[in-house]
Amino acid sequence: MKQVVAVTINGEAHELAVEPYRSLLDMLRNEAGLTGTKKGCDVGDCGACTVLLNGRPVNSCLVLALEVNGGDVVTIEGIQSGPDRLHPLQENMMKFGGSQCGFCSPGIIVMAKALLDENPNPTEDEIRFALAGNICRCTGYTKIIEAVAATAKQLSSGKEITP
Amino acid sequence: MRRFDYFEPQTLDEAVALLSRYNGTANVLAGGTDLLVEIKEQIRKPDHVINIKKIPGMNRLTFDPVAGLNFGSLVTAREIETSPDVRRDYSGLAQAASEVGSIQVRNRATIVGNICRASPSADTLPPLIADGAIVTVFSEGDERRVALEDFFVGPGRTVLRPNEIVTAVELPAVTPHSASIYIKHGRRKAMELATVGVAVSLTLEGAVCRRIRIVLGAVAPTPIRAKKAEALAQGHALDEDLIEAAAQTAMDESRPISNIRGSAAYRREMVRVLTARAIRQAQECVQ
Repeated sequence: MKQVVAVTINGEAHELAVEPYRSLLDMLRNEAGLTGTKKGCDVGDCGACTVLLNGRPVNSCLVLALEVNGGDVVTIEGIQSGPDRLHPLQENMMKFGGSQCGFCSPGIIVMAKALLDENPNPTEDEIRFALAGNICRCTGYTKIIEAVAATAKQLSSGKEITP
Repeated sequence: MRRFDYFEPQTLDEAVALLSRYNGTANVLAGGTDLLVEIKEQIRKPDHVINIKKIPGMNRLTFDPVAGLNFGSLVTAREIETSPDVRRDYSGLAQAASEVGSIQVRNRATIVGNICRASPSADTLPPLIADGAIVTVFSEGDERRVALEDFFVGPGRTVLRPNEIVTAVELPAVTPHSASIYIKHGRRKAMELATVGVAVSLTLEGAVCRRIRIVLGAVAPTPIRAKKAEALAQGHALDEDLIEAAAQTAMDESRPISNIRGSAAYRREMVRVLTARAIRQAQECVQ
């Protein structure tokens, strides 16, 4: 039987009806219509479904939808500062070639956002450690790491960094 | 995911009453990072899932220089990994917690979940046992304390009865001149299960080993203490010959299997190498 989940998603209050055996990921994609969050492995290995739950990055495939009742969720759709403005992480993922097929990008951007919120000047090792749970099969990671490092520099210096 | 009924008990009594009522067909949900995967992969088929996250007080993490560390069942691997108290006094545990899955997983996964899942390769178990962890087990009208080293009976099997819930973990305060180390060996650095895990908890008095615990992961059906190796080292000055002898003995005490992550012979050899390395690192940390 479906139950109602009251949850804030990207700053907006939602009431969504879901069965108890549905994941937060399925609720976001199928009930809230937010398909930016991707379903890769569906068992917590790939990180494509990463969202912020009450400010912390989690695999939305490993959270039951009912568990977020009363909670706050931020998805890739909530990362950008306005409808026509991308977040610098998104800009830099494009500029540095950190996104190719794009399937892992939403998860990586959300995870990198969580990292930079907590640690505005991460070392390369710290970036790699933070992104260990996000699998990319295209880029070989180097360009993703560069994009995150450039974003950190850009946000702290206020100057745009070019590849 | 397979269908199940879902419960959010507000008290421990309510939770164990549900476990008793649905004897054997209910599973406890804490972090969910193992349980939900096992439901999706049809390894477990519970008809009832009992989420214990609404029970107050289970997410506490307290440290006292005399009483030691005490944390509830909802404390996550990430909280243990980043706690300054844990990093200072139980650094083997902090290290092991940081090697579980990814940050996303560790933000949900609980240490008690890692304990109750009872995987032979679980990272946090060897350092918890080495540091003398005791778990509190709650059931209807009763509460008992079990030393973690007596908790496991086989892969995925513990002394926990179907209507019992682990509510807390305590670790005694560390004595001066002590250190704890965990070394994980895997095929890759992250998102990996241990091929071998070695935890050493050491207290020195000058050069003499006052107390040592050597606990091996992923080389037996449960995490095991290398008691003969401990006995060899305890009460003696830890020189190179003794460290090598203890490491050799630990290797002889291990009972690994061959699987996709490594052969039995390789695992045994790595027990020797990593035990010696862990003892040396613990020595350095004390000094």
